[in-house]
Amino acid sequence: MPDWLATLLISLLKAVLVVLGLLTTFAYMTLIERRLLGRMQLRPGPNRVGPMGLLQPAADAIKSIFKEDLTVTLADKLVYTLAPIVAIGMALTAFGGLPAGPAGSLFGENPWVYNLDTGILALLALTSMGVYGIFLGGWASGSKYPILGGLRSSAQMISYELGMGLSLLGLLMIVGTTSFHGIVGWQAQNGPMILFQSLGFVLFLISSFAETNRTPFDLPEAEQEIVAGYLTEYSAIKWALFQMAEYVNMITASAVMATLFFGGWKGPQFLNGLIPGISDWPLIWLIVKIAFFLFLFIWVRATLPRLRYDQLMRFGWKLVLPLALANTVMTAAFLAFRGSGGLWFLGVLSLAGVLALLVLSDRVRVLWNQSSIRPEGDIVRAGGD
Amino acid sequence: MRGGADAERRPTIEYANFVIMLLVALGIGIVAVLASALLGPKKASRTKLMAYESGNDPERGGVGTGQRFPVHFYLVAMLFIIFDIETAFFYPLAVAYQKLIPFAFFEAVTFVLLLLVGYVYILKKKVLEWA
Repeated sequence: MPDWLATLLISLLKAVLVVLGLLTTFAYMTLIERRLLGRMQLRPGPNRVGPMGLLQPAADAIKSIFKEDLTVTLADKLVYTLAPIVAIGMALTAFGGLPAGPAGSLFGENPWVYNLDTGILALLALTSMGVYGIFLGGWASGSKYPILGGLRSSAQMISYELGMGLSLLGLLMIVGTTSFHGIVGWQAQNGPMILFQSLGFVLFLISSFAETNRTPFDLPEAEQEIVAGYLTEYSAIKWALFQMAEYVNMITASAVMATLFFGGWKGPQFLNGLIPGISDWPLIWLIVKIAFFLFLFIWVRATLPRLRYDQLMRFGWKLVLPLALANTVMTAAFLAFRGSGGLWFLGVLSLAGVLALLVLSDRVRVLWNQSSIRPEGDIVRAGGD
Repeated sequence: MRGGADAERRPTIEYANFVIMLLVALGIGIVAVLASALLGPKKASRTKLMAYESGNDPERGGVGTGQRFPVHFYLVAMLFIIFDIETAFFYPLAVAYQKLIPFAFFEAVTFVLLLLVGYVYILKKKVLEWA
């Protein structure tokens, strides 16, 4: 067997493993989410199928495969079938580029599927492609609610993609590379990026909530408002594929946040003093960090109400976008004219930025804007709050 | 700032790996759709295949029947293209920034200011107001 063929076969094996791993994680994420939501609402959640409900995901999967696969008469058949495949394909691919350990730590192989120098750009491109899956799905259903959901979704996702792209610029200026390995390496030497880019992190976190269509930004599938949005006409496995894509995007977003801002697969360095080498334990640290962010996603879902559409757009365009630009300029100014202060000064500036974000957000601003009664002319056809 | 692993790496192989990952991911989707199409029951009826409209006959539904939606969505998409190109221009500058300072700083600020003019214009035009 020639050398290159062996390399490609190993990559194929790793790709299949990553995909199967992600699908299993997705299945159990649905269970964990339901259990946790149950805990937060003082009820047990699914606990009948198997011990502690552990077989519930398998039951759900088998059910969705054996359900009837309907295509509405008015639908565009080809696009209708392709849309969920595009959504899941882009979601799964995005995960493969994230490093899960140092080179050669996976039984002598590299613990990632592909390692592009333009890692972040490839990731942003793939998330943009995910918009196509949802919008085309909504459009091809040929029905009203899916179109509404698809339009809302595309507008929301592209708006917050700007915030996502711009909030990373400060980080890139500091590190000087777009490869995930370079960023993890930099953080191993200088401490986690969250210390110096907390504003960038908060903006990225908000944007990734919007990108993955999770509450409080889950307007595309707002059940109480537009049935199930782009999912209304989907049944059986195609519906499950869209759900899968959403959860896989969530896992990817968590892993990206862990990699870019929390040191990736490297654990906290001071623990090395207690147990030598603990911060290099393969995979463990990454999984812990991903689990933390996934918990955060669920926690927020159980806590916050959904935003209205105009609030969502206002927040994205008038707060996230300018603050991301401000963060960029601030970091640029600091790097160009750093005086005696080290990077910690940038951390303080960033924290000030987070405070500004809090103070400027709608929830806080009303505290001193007392005019809660709107003038008559402002009450437009959208109805009340 | 390259690690030891990156030094011995061949870039073309990485792109091949990317394509493999993409194909496997799309393949999973195709297999799932096929499996469901083969295994599920097929007892469609006219009523069952109707679009959802709270039990009424859907009126004027369907792809390409000229459903109209607000122009706001179009405006947001255009603004996205403009600002996304800005981001695309900013990325190389950000990556090479530390080698180009302090000159790059003024360049970046000028660029941001030019875009802010456009941003203030769309704010004043109330493009971002959603009634």
